[in-house]
Amino acid sequence: MTTGTFTVSRRGLLLGGAAATVAANLPRAGLAQEPIRMAGIYTVPVEQQWVSRIHIAAEALKAAGTVDYTYTENVANTDYPRVMREYCEAGVKLIVGEIFGAEAEAREVCAEYPDVAFLLGSSFMPDEAANPNLAVFDNYIQDAAYLSGIVAGGMTKGNIGMVGGFPIPEVNRLMNAFMAGVREVKPETKFQVSFIGSWFDPPKAKETAFAMIDGGADLMYAERFGVSDAAKERGVLAIGNVIDTQPDYPETVVTSALWHFEPTLNAAVAAVQAGTFKAANYGTYSFMREGGCSLAPLGTFEDKVPAEIKALVAEKEKAIRDGSFTVTIDDSEPKSS
Amino acid sequence: MSEIVDILISASFWAAVIRIASPLILATMGELICERAGVLNLGIEGIMVIGAFTGWMAVYQGMPLWGGVAVAMAAGMLFGLLHSVLTVPFGLSQHVVGLGVTLLATASASFAYRLMLPQVTSPPKITPFQPLYIPGLSDLPWLGAALSQTALTWFAFAVAGLVAFTLYRTPLGLAVRAVGENPAAVEAQGLSVTGLRMGAVIVGSGLMAVGGAFLTLSAFSSFFFEMVNGRGWICIALVVFGAWKPGKAVLGAILFAAFDALQIRLQQTALGAVLPYQLFLALPFLLSILALILMSRRAEVPAALMVPYNKGER
Repeated sequence: MTTGTFTVSRRGLLLGGAAATVAANLPRAGLAQEPIRMAGIYTVPVEQQWVSRIHIAAEALKAAGTVDYTYTENVANTDYPRVMREYCEAGVKLIVGEIFGAEAEAREVCAEYPDVAFLLGSSFMPDEAANPNLAVFDNYIQDAAYLSGIVAGGMTKGNIGMVGGFPIPEVNRLMNAFMAGVREVKPETKFQVSFIGSWFDPPKAKETAFAMIDGGADLMYAERFGVSDAAKERGVLAIGNVIDTQPDYPETVVTSALWHFEPTLNAAVAAVQAGTFKAANYGTYSFMREGGCSLAPLGTFEDKVPAEIKALVAEKEKAIRDGSFTVTIDDSEPKSS
Repeated sequence: MSEIVDILISASFWAAVIRIASPLILATMGELICERAGVLNLGIEGIMVIGAFTGWMAVYQGMPLWGGVAVAMAAGMLFGLLHSVLTVPFGLSQHVVGLGVTLLATASASFAYRLMLPQVTSPPKITPFQPLYIPGLSDLPWLGAALSQTALTWFAFAVAGLVAFTLYRTPLGLAVRAVGENPAAVEAQGLSVTGLRMGAVIVGSGLMAVGGAFLTLSAFSSFFFEMVNGRGWICIALVVFGAWKPGKAVLGAILFAAFDALQIRLQQTALGAVLPYQLFLALPFLLSILALILMSRRAEVPAALMVPYNKGER
């Protein structure tokens, strides 16, 4: 964001300019449609689980030549509108990001640039009248969380620890769906729920998980980094969330509820290409029937999860996909039981 | 009530207390050395981030764990050098310099991280310090479990002992304490005020960085940008709480850690179902403020704290 302060020698500028021109012209010949200029604006590093799913989907489209993708990470909420404007002024056609902490200001910027399409994670619904160019999304992966709960119910003796960051809708929804899945199998399960008041404090998440394991938990719902580490050290099980963490903890993580951002992003890019992008709630593209979420393969736990649990998961997954069963969306704060 | 007693007498609770206290003890000792020499070091939060990052990165690049600790210490000392040059010979505002060092150190860690690991989806892990088995001690029924700690924790307590010994039992310690009380008198003795203060800030910053490295090398196994999460600011308060005395400061760190370990466990009792979780998270801070009020009434602030010394100035 500090392009203006760079000093460039004349030769460097000429060479760089020539290279840029060549690079810009070469791929066009082979493509039917010009790549859409797209920017990601994230308030956290792209390592963060939630944002990493968006980043991976965008990088995939970039590799396919559909979009021309750049991103800015670690943007403070107070800086968010400024970075949006900079990308808009630079001629970007599609902006993806998350405005949970800058809702009002970000929506003002959307109104100022009606020709730019915005696909932003938000706690509120789209507003056709005020922002016809703003579509919203969130990780509505309660379907996968519910299925991971069924697996957890089959693996626990009846005491589950859950460590979350903050009790916001996105977190609560998945925790509640997970708990509903567990109760499907073991209705009497005791839940220990804690929030650590931080998104990035793995040592604290780990300490909280230790306390729950001391309190009898034999399975941990790992919403934060650090929880699976505590489970691994104490030899109890864990269920992952949003990303697949089993490769890092092969003997600990039974399965994970995965979020796939690809259906959401592909739908938005297709709409921009067709010129039909409009205010909409893209949250439903995270549902299982859209391919927006899935249960990670059991992998190392394939033979350890009881057969009747696997059968129940398959049965429920089929019912979710054909629409005969709907997982309840419950955004209320989960409590210990 | 019986639930709370059960928590307080469990060995796992005290093991957690010592774990949580260890990084605080290291960084608090670092800050204490700086302040006893008359320099407030607000660079602590950023220097802890640098320590957490460099220590972890060194181990990830193949160095042994203690090598990572040494690298973290060296990196912290480098930022300490910057801080001390600006605050001691130049005599600039210690508040502004300290906050500047924190911002610079935090941003440098992010920048270096992205340069070295441009294409990752989650930060790579290292194999951290494991709890030490000490023959005899580790086999004791209750104590063995409570003292199941990593080598870096033992190191933290050893450092606290060393700092206390040096400050009160050696000529060097006397000079460091004197330079924070009456630098003109130290000058009159033919000692270098600038040298003593810079040395104290550099060594203190090194210890802060080791405190940060504790988070990535012992408490956890990889680095996240915001993982220090205000622990540095807590250490500043712990120095005041300890009335600028190492023993009391260690006690303060243990007390704070105990409140923290307690609130985590209280959330799962009957109280947790009634009270909002934010109240529990705030508990260690509320209780620490209360303890601070009680403890600080008889505190002796180093007389020359935050007063720059210019040779020959009246």
